[in-house]
Amino acid sequence: MIPELGNFSLILALLLALTQGTLPIIGAARGNLSWIALARPVVQGQFVFLAIAFGCLAYSFVNNDFSVINVARNSNSELPTHYRFAASWGSHEGSLLLWVLMLAGWSVAVSVFSRHLPDEMVARVLGVMGMVSVGFIMFMLITSNPFDRLLPAAFEGSDLNPLLQDFGMVIHPPMLYMGYVGFSVAFAFAIAALISGQMDAAWARWSRPWTTVAWVFLTIGIMLGSWWAYYELGWGGWWFWDPVENASFLPWMVGTALVHSLAVTEKRGSFKSWTLLLAISAFSLSLLGTFLVRSGVLTSVHAFATDPSRGIFILGFLVIVIGSSLLLFAWRAPKIGLGGKFDLVSRESMLLANNLLLVVAAGSVLLGTLYPLLMDSLDLGKISVGPPYFEAVFVPLMTPAIFLMGLGPLSRWKQASLPELAMRLRWAFGVSMATALLMPLVMGEWKPMVSFGLLLAFWVIATIFVSIRHRLQNSGQGSVFTRLARQSRSYYSMHLAHFGIAIFIIGVTLVNGYETEKDVRMEIGSTVEMGGYTFRFTGASPVTGPNYSAMRGDIEVLHNGEKIRVMQPEKRTYNASGMTMTEPAIDTGFIRDLYVALGEPLEDGAWVVRVYHKPFVDWIWFGCLLMAFGGMLAVSDRRYRLKINTKPIEAATEEKDGGRAPSGNRLATGGKKG
Amino acid sequence: MKPRHRKLAIIVSGVSALGIAAALVLNAFESNMVFFFSPTQVAANEAPKGKSFRIGGLVEEGSIKRQSDGVTVNFVVTDTAKFIPVVYTGILPDLFKEGKGVVAQGKLSPEGVFRADEVLAKHDENYMPPEAAGAIEQAKMQKTVMSK
Repeated sequence: MIPELGNFSLILALLLALTQGTLPIIGAARGNLSWIALARPVVQGQFVFLAIAFGCLAYSFVNNDFSVINVARNSNSELPTHYRFAASWGSHEGSLLLWVLMLAGWSVAVSVFSRHLPDEMVARVLGVMGMVSVGFIMFMLITSNPFDRLLPAAFEGSDLNPLLQDFGMVIHPPMLYMGYVGFSVAFAFAIAALISGQMDAAWARWSRPWTTVAWVFLTIGIMLGSWWAYYELGWGGWWFWDPVENASFLPWMVGTALVHSLAVTEKRGSFKSWTLLLAISAFSLSLLGTFLVRSGVLTSVHAFATDPSRGIFILGFLVIVIGSSLLLFAWRAPKIGLGGKFDLVSRESMLLANNLLLVVAAGSVLLGTLYPLLMDSLDLGKISVGPPYFEAVFVPLMTPAIFLMGLGPLSRWKQASLPELAMRLRWAFGVSMATALLMPLVMGEWKPMVSFGLLLAFWVIATIFVSIRHRLQNSGQGSVFTRLARQSRSYYSMHLAHFGIAIFIIGVTLVNGYETEKDVRMEIGSTVEMGGYTFRFTGASPVTGPNYSAMRGDIEVLHNGEKIRVMQPEKRTYNASGMTMTEPAIDTGFIRDLYVALGEPLEDGAWVVRVYHKPFVDWIWFGCLLMAFGGMLAVSDRRYRLKINTKPIEAATEEKDGGRAPSGNRLATGGKKG
Repeated sequence: MKPRHRKLAIIVSGVSALGIAAALVLNAFESNMVFFFSPTQVAANEAPKGKSFRIGGLVEEGSIKRQSDGVTVNFVVTDTAKFIPVVYTGILPDLFKEGKGVVAQGKLSPEGVFRADEVLAKHDENYMPPEAAGAIEQAKMQKTVMSK
């Protein structure tokens, strides 16, 4: 009964989505006010029905209704309740339902926080989101219905993949999806602007906070995924350039370009067509990512052959969405106009260069991800493109981008002077160069790549200091603190996010340069030395978990002759599926992680054990968190909070926020952001 | 700078940046592409010498032998037609089992032993690496052709 109710709600949601995708847009074109006014209530109604549908699916999972195929395949009565709930989005079908539910959630948020926007604009934006929703719900109902029944019902479910039975799995997909789906708002704003022909900077101003929020979610989602792979897969790596990872990284790169390009469009009115194109691309890549990961095409292109309807629907949907938005763009873009002019050396040109670098990097990652699939599907041979390719391409492309990242915030809009920049930054360059050359010696061994990575990171940090110092010199009277407090949050948010990149680079550089790994045979009582630590294996004993049995090893860690802790890695065998899984033990520290995983058991209680010493590895994820905090800080800027009634104050703060912007910086749309 | 010059400079720098990027990408692609060969192809000397490639198939039953250091493992990969001995040092993935599918990456030694530096971990018990499945499929087809 409950699954049927869910199915029924899903169909009702489809009808509402159809209404949402058509009537408000037609209404906006014809000036039919009642059709325009339909947008908001329909959006909210659709959300309610999708929430009911999702609730029904979650109910079926939590209550072990094995008469539903999806539940029988992806859950088990022994599974702890919170994992049964998380299993709702552990499968292809369930994750699609989560996807549309989030889309509806974002749509509701747009309908609520857009009171100050023109009604036709809101109607068009929500209409576009409605059309996307129609595509997804139809895909579910036609090819992958999460509520399909299994008759006769299974007696017991076949279990959720043990790798996914983890807290990271509970939160990683929703975060990632919030990011993916969040780009639909920027996409919808861009399409709405193209449809209406109002491609001035106003749409950039409106869609900027939405894009930033989506970017924050995506950043956290990717970070959680990377962290999960690190502590759960048992290989000690944090990024494998696996197609699944690339699928999430592609929209992130283009989304990062979009965030910066939107800033230029909002403040200077330039890059308008480029920004529109990025908004379309970021969402298209999000769609591609969702389908790549969830359709099974990555594990085998022949997954499509077993269920051709899915593959054809997905390809058709992608072609329609990407094709029609690019057509619309090609038709409208010539009318957009150029916007503010800028010199070859200016903040705009540096941001443009960075945008290009990010997009080219995304293109090369896309090539490396899709080319093997293409070759295989055309029967031209089986190839694989591994991490060496991505590293060989990505690092040289990002190096100039990071260099410009230090330069950009210090350059003036419109026209900057290279000699002046060089004057101002010579100390930053000298200090970062000296630190980069010397610091590897502190770590014990000088390596050129480590020095190079650190140079980039310290360059970013040093330029941030120079920028803030310069800003303070030019912000009037008062003590350092009052002057610091006078700067806008959006100013700090930029530096915080860039600082996060620097921290990330430090983590990556040091862990790649100095990590040590050993796979050793350990008898009871034998020891291994690594990175100044001694690991002593004292044996393994059986333990029983809620739905698995395991062997748990005891490994004492000694530092300077003192026992600092006992690490307990496990080798688990899950009851329902019979799958074995390695559960590493990790000792997390500020400047290093110790990582121990059990391999195979040998004779006489000995085991093959994998031991890692990973310096600064946690800085990688900490850097990502800082980037995400930067994004949140940007969204919390007062110009977004005090939208109404505060025009005069806002104008005053904005004047400063423009930083080096000349006073004639007003946009054609009249007035400032807000 | 005149607007015309500015435009030209932007176009030139854009094109040259794209050119450099394209050269980078193609070069990296060329040198890092890893091809897949089935045991039958390896036995027929089709695989490159001294260059990394991948093989795949089933782990032959009873072929896993652990050397005395406990960490180095020998096993045999087969597509049911030909058998290739493989040696690997390190911890094998959780789903590595006799009779199950496997894909390994490495180089062929002059003695005909495949020295794997990577044995690929897959995330599902029933999942067969597509390359391995393809290799077995092909070997079976050749057998039926020959028996006719």
